[in-house]
Amino acid sequence: MSPNELSSYLIISAILFSLGLFTVLTRRNAISVLMGVELILNSANINYVAFSHFSSGNADGQIYAIFVIMLAAAEAAVGLAIVLAIFQLFHTIDVEAAETLKE
Amino acid sequence: MTVSTAVFYLIALITVGSAAMVAFSRNIIYSAFSLLGTFMGVAGIYIFLGADFVAAVQVLIYVGGILVLILFAVMLTHRITDVEVTNRAAGRIPALIIIGVLVYLLIATIKVTPWVRAKEVVYAATTATIGDLFLYTYLLPFELASLVLLGALIGAVVLSRKEIKE
Repeated sequence: MSPNELSSYLIISAILFSLGLFTVLTRRNAISVLMGVELILNSANINYVAFSHFSSGNADGQIYAIFVIMLAAAEAAVGLAIVLAIFQLFHTIDVEAAETLKE
Repeated sequence: MTVSTAVFYLIALITVGSAAMVAFSRNIIYSAFSLLGTFMGVAGIYIFLGADFVAAVQVLIYVGGILVLILFAVMLTHRITDVEVTNRAAGRIPALIIIGVLVYLLIATIKVTPWVRAKEVVYAATTATIGDLFLYTYLLPFELASLVLLGALIGAVVLSRKEIKE
C-alpha cells in the first residue's frame, strides 16, 4: 500500500463497498439503508477517479464522478422525501412496515 | 516512510473507520455523524489522486447537502429526547460471511490483475479541463443532468407535502 499505486485505492474502495453493502443488507431503518447506498456510490467514485488518474491520464473519469455525485444528490432528496411520507403514514421508518406498499 | 505516505494512511484509516462506524453503530445519530468522516476522507483521497475539483464538489454536495439532508431526516423521524435512538440490525452473521468472502475475492482480484498504467502521472489543476469537457464533449449529458435535477426537485416537493383529506 502506497499513495503511488492504483491497487491501494482500489482496496480502500473495495472495503468501502463491502461496508456499504453490509449496511444495506442488515439495517431495517430506511435512513440507514440510504446511508449504505451513499457509501457504495462513494466507493464507485473512488474507482472512477483512481482509474482516471493512473490509467487513462485524462479527466473523463472525473466527469463521471461528478455525474454520480449529482445523481446521488437527486437520489437522497427523493429517497428521504419517500422516507418522510412513509413515516407520516406508518409512524415508523422500519422498511418491513412498508413491505405491503399500502395502509 | 515519507510524510505523504503517512498522511495517506491516516486518511485511509479515517475513511474506512468511519464507514465501519456507519455500518456497525447501534445509534443512528452516531451513524449519521460518522458519514462526515467518510465523506471528508474520500475528499482527501480525491486530492491524493490530483482531482481538486471533484474533491471540492464532494465537500460541497456530500457534506454540505446530502449529510445535512440525512441529519434532518433522522431528526424528523425519531424522537430525539428518547435515550434509545435505535438503529436495529438483522441477520448480521450471514451478512458478515457474505461481505467477508466479497472483500477477500475483490482484494485477491485487485492484487492479481496487471493494471494498465499511463506513461506519466500528471498533477495539474483540473477545473478548466472539466469545464471544457462539460461544454463540448459531455454537453448532452450535462443538459440531461439539469433535467434530472429539476425532476428530482419537483418529485421531492410532491412526495413530502401533506395530503389534504377531502
